[in-house]
Amino acid sequence: MSGPTTEQPAQPRAVPGLGKVRRAKPPTVAERVLPSGLRVVAIRRASVPVVHLRLRVPTAVRRDADLARAGMLEHTMLLGTAERSQSEIADALQRIGGSLRASSDADRLVLAGESLAPGLPDLLGLLAEVLTSASYPRAEVEREAARLADLLGRRLSQPGVVADERWLRQVFGDHPYGREYPAPEEVLDVSASSLRSAHRRRLVPDGSLLVLVGDLSPARVLDRVEGALAGWTGDGSPTTVPKVKRFTPGALQLVDRPGAVQSNLRVGGFAMPRTDPDHAAQELANAIFAGPFVSRLTQNIREDKGYTYSPRSSLHHNARASFALLQADVATEVTAPALVEVGYELGRVASLPPSADEVESMAQHLVGVLALSTSTQAGLAATLSVLLADGLGVDWLRDHPQRLLAVTPDQVHDAARRILAPATRATTVVGDASVVGDSLRDLGPVDLS
Amino acid sequence: MPATTVRSSVPTVERATLGNGLRVVLSPDRSSPVVAVAVYYDVGIRSEPEGRTGFAHLFEHLMFQGSSSLEKMEHVKYVQSSGGTLNGSTRLDYTNYYEALPAHALERALFLEADRMRSPRVTEENLANQIAVVKEEIRVNVLNQPYGGFPWLTLPPVLFETFPNAHNGYGGFEDLESATVDDAQDFFDRYYAPGNAVLVVGGDLDAADTMRLVERHFGDVPARAVPERPDFDEPAPTSERRAQHVDTHAPAPALALGWRLPDPADLAAYLPFVVLSSALTTGDASRLKRRLVHTDSLATDVGTHIGVMQDPFDVRNPTVLSIEAHHGNDVAADRVVTATDEELDRVATDGVDRAELERVVARLESAILQGSDHVLSRTLSMAAFEQQRGRAELVGELAGHVAQVTPEQVRAAAATLRPDNRARLDLLAGAR
Repeated sequence: MSGPTTEQPAQPRAVPGLGKVRRAKPPTVAERVLPSGLRVVAIRRASVPVVHLRLRVPTAVRRDADLARAGMLEHTMLLGTAERSQSEIADALQRIGGSLRASSDADRLVLAGESLAPGLPDLLGLLAEVLTSASYPRAEVEREAARLADLLGRRLSQPGVVADERWLRQVFGDHPYGREYPAPEEVLDVSASSLRSAHRRRLVPDGSLLVLVGDLSPARVLDRVEGALAGWTGDGSPTTVPKVKRFTPGALQLVDRPGAVQSNLRVGGFAMPRTDPDHAAQELANAIFAGPFVSRLTQNIREDKGYTYSPRSSLHHNARASFALLQADVATEVTAPALVEVGYELGRVASLPPSADEVESMAQHLVGVLALSTSTQAGLAATLSVLLADGLGVDWLRDHPQRLLAVTPDQVHDAARRILAPATRATTVVGDASVVGDSLRDLGPVDLS
Repeated sequence: MPATTVRSSVPTVERATLGNGLRVVLSPDRSSPVVAVAVYYDVGIRSEPEGRTGFAHLFEHLMFQGSSSLEKMEHVKYVQSSGGTLNGSTRLDYTNYYEALPAHALERALFLEADRMRSPRVTEENLANQIAVVKEEIRVNVLNQPYGGFPWLTLPPVLFETFPNAHNGYGGFEDLESATVDDAQDFFDRYYAPGNAVLVVGGDLDAADTMRLVERHFGDVPARAVPERPDFDEPAPTSERRAQHVDTHAPAPALALGWRLPDPADLAAYLPFVVLSSALTTGDASRLKRRLVHTDSLATDVGTHIGVMQDPFDVRNPTVLSIEAHHGNDVAADRVVTATDEELDRVATDGVDRAELERVVARLESAILQGSDHVLSRTLSMAAFEQQRGRAELVGELAGHVAQVTPEQVRAAAATLRPDNRARLDLLAGAR
């Protein structure tokens, strides 16, 4: 189509250049470590009259049974306290336009919440109450266990989730990083009394981090937090997962899903931690390979070949292992050809430096995305709590754009060799084995399950 | 204890209509050095013709395939290499295109949107490629996914009878595969006139400078006839309409109940349903969560949606309130329905007290504020408000309007949600 039928074809015009770069104002920050060992960081961003908080407690999954218990802690922590029922807690949160929710992974438990700005004292009061006196009432815990089992059953029925889980198992084996979700029957075995003791043992302030962001006065908030959380004490130190063993990639793991109209491809392996001096270079390598829409793999298997809708490779940083993982869901009939293209693009980025233009463009993109993702209260709270827990400072956000813009093509190439070389990658495919099995075996060894 | 209240600020808004009919809204907010650009065309899923299901969405994909001055992928490269992100979406009543970028890339984004408003570049090859991509999008989100399309694709054909309201907006594969370049040309000519669009720019900008840039880039996009928007209204059910859907991927059953709502254009009549929806299922303090999930353990999850695409403010008449519940294989769906009806009846009979209403309003206000903290989501909301209500300022005024809703209005809203004027869809778990 060259233009509206009634008009002459429009003449090409020149694309305007960029204006003068404007920098975000550095935020006002205040920080204090409380006598309990809790580190509190408060940041003012008064864009809307709301405050957000993120509490990260480093308590690790160390054995198999810990995973179901951690999952149940998430779902039962707000079922009651010494003073209030679940309904009363929920009413109190609703009254301040707030919410409070728990989540966990193998390294930590996170409590995240927010409220209208004048409700912050109440929000902190509720947080303290839950931390110091969550009651885990038995009937409600049993109800939540049944409910969580059902939720897990539904989650694990999604082919993409199955693919992620099987890939983690392939790379991390029996290590706690080897799965994200417990089996439904495991959570049914978790008792209320074991949750009470897990809470006492695991939810300790020493080594924990509380980040507050929003329409607040940082210095005053520190005093308020110190007062509200004075009663949160407890013996115990942060725990970490066992050391991760190096992994040698083996055969492609094919998980049969009879009748599937798509195959879920997962290809990845180890990467560098966020604290590595080459982190900016690996971010660029990963993005050039299969990050945003302009990335090589998207152009290849989506915009050229139409094999897939949304392929993407992401960097994941756990406390004791980082990894890069490509997720691409492709039409069943092109499963093998799509994997060939994935291998080609991995090989290309690992064996040849990208052009200076490609690096510069992608660096600009990542700088912009970082600015956008930290331009909201919620985004700033989420990003900062992750960075600070990794031992990085607030100034990391200020300095990271310069680090990205300084990376050279050779540094990207070097990082790509370390985190994207085909020989170091593990591959999992969930799909209809009767249709895709033979063509995958033509590419290399396949283990079917 | 009274609920928390805050005062939300109404954004600064500058408006203009260009000579070609394009409506323009600029809203400076200098708190972060980022901007968002949104173009809303007044055509969506409801306007696609029979035999062309999914065409509005397919056409959205084609708008990224190059334009009068740019080859395929160049638009995307310019946005992303300027530090920006971009996307588009197709809704019942509009199709939108948007970018969020560092403030210094604003003029570039305006140029790019104007260039494809002048003419996208659709070739046989790009069309075939994007038909394949859209089919993969449908497979990943619907065909290969448990609960795929539930209830947004599966409930409308139960509640509605006419093609525009009832058909599948993602489209059938046969219809998608038969789409032609001429279809795309006709669709563009008919619906993508500048006078059928709204442009909203929000964020770190100077209004006067930006208006000059808008005029520079969009001013000479040729004016074309603007299509009359059809009235898509149809009669509401007068008895319960029921259907079953077997989901072969689903491990457990689910249920959707849907009712027609008053015309969203009448905000005063519509907002009580928004408040009711929140009172029913937002948070653990809500009525249906307490009853179905906590007290009776009938459902593992329950939610209420206003609008089939789940945004109360992106849709015109006719539209829907739906309640979606997931339950175990050992719970009969009728028990979930009966308990839901009892709770609706309780609101319809006893109403809500002022304290509960204040809490619900506080929670809604907080959600509205959080949504407006992001330059892109704020700009998108303004564009939908401007297009459908001529009032972008509602992004800041909405919380105030919500706070005006009375207990009696919420009671009366609940009284309209009866068994004999709804659609009921049972999703049966068909996974082996």
